[in-house]
Amino acid sequence: MNKTKTGARRRAIRGRCLALMTGTVALAGCVQIETPDKPIEINLNINIRQEVVYRLDGDAKKLIEQNSEIF
Amino acid sequence: MRMTKWKPTGLALAAIAATVAVAVPSAMAQRDPAYAAARAAGQIGEQPDGYLGFATTPTPAIRALVQDLNIKRKAAYTASAQSTGSTVEQFAFTSGCNLIAKTKPGEKYQTPGGAWKTRDASPPERDARCP
Repeated sequence: MNKTKTGARRRAIRGRCLALMTGTVALAGCVQIETPDKPIEINLNINIRQEVVYRLDGDAKKLIEQNSEIF
Repeated sequence: MRMTKWKPTGLALAAIAATVAVAVPSAMAQRDPAYAAARAAGQIGEQPDGYLGFATTPTPAIRALVQDLNIKRKAAYTASAQSTGSTVEQFAFTSGCNLIAKTKPGEKYQTPGGAWKTRDASPPERDARCP
């Protein structure tokens, strides 16, 4: 009589332990990504080389002249 | 944003050309005297990236005006970048070099360091890569 009661209690405790562990594992499995609070900056230095600027200079001047209403 | 890998097709070029052709007369029609006033007053100025920026906090009307011009500038830069085989950023930057050089005394421009300066009689402070 006493033995069965102890067994039932043990099973109940084991079950609770298992639920707790599953919960802990599930929580640990969450990957949290923080969004950056600063705006994304595009660094001009990566793309633009001086030789490219020199090559495009004439066309840029022409564009500015021909579209003076937006410049 | 890089356009180098994008192969221009005849149709796309025609579409861009059409957009610019349509945009130009409407820009002329919508040209606001408030723009010249804000520019002369140093509220808006030229940035090294080829676009207009705000040296001081703008009114909603000035903000809308500048945003409209910047959209039109981007369309023009995009078309020119296509025809010269460059990226929009490269063409816009080269234009920015010229636009800062063209500022008149009293007008504002942004230095490579990001500070707003008032143009005086001396040459403007520009990026080292500017011609």
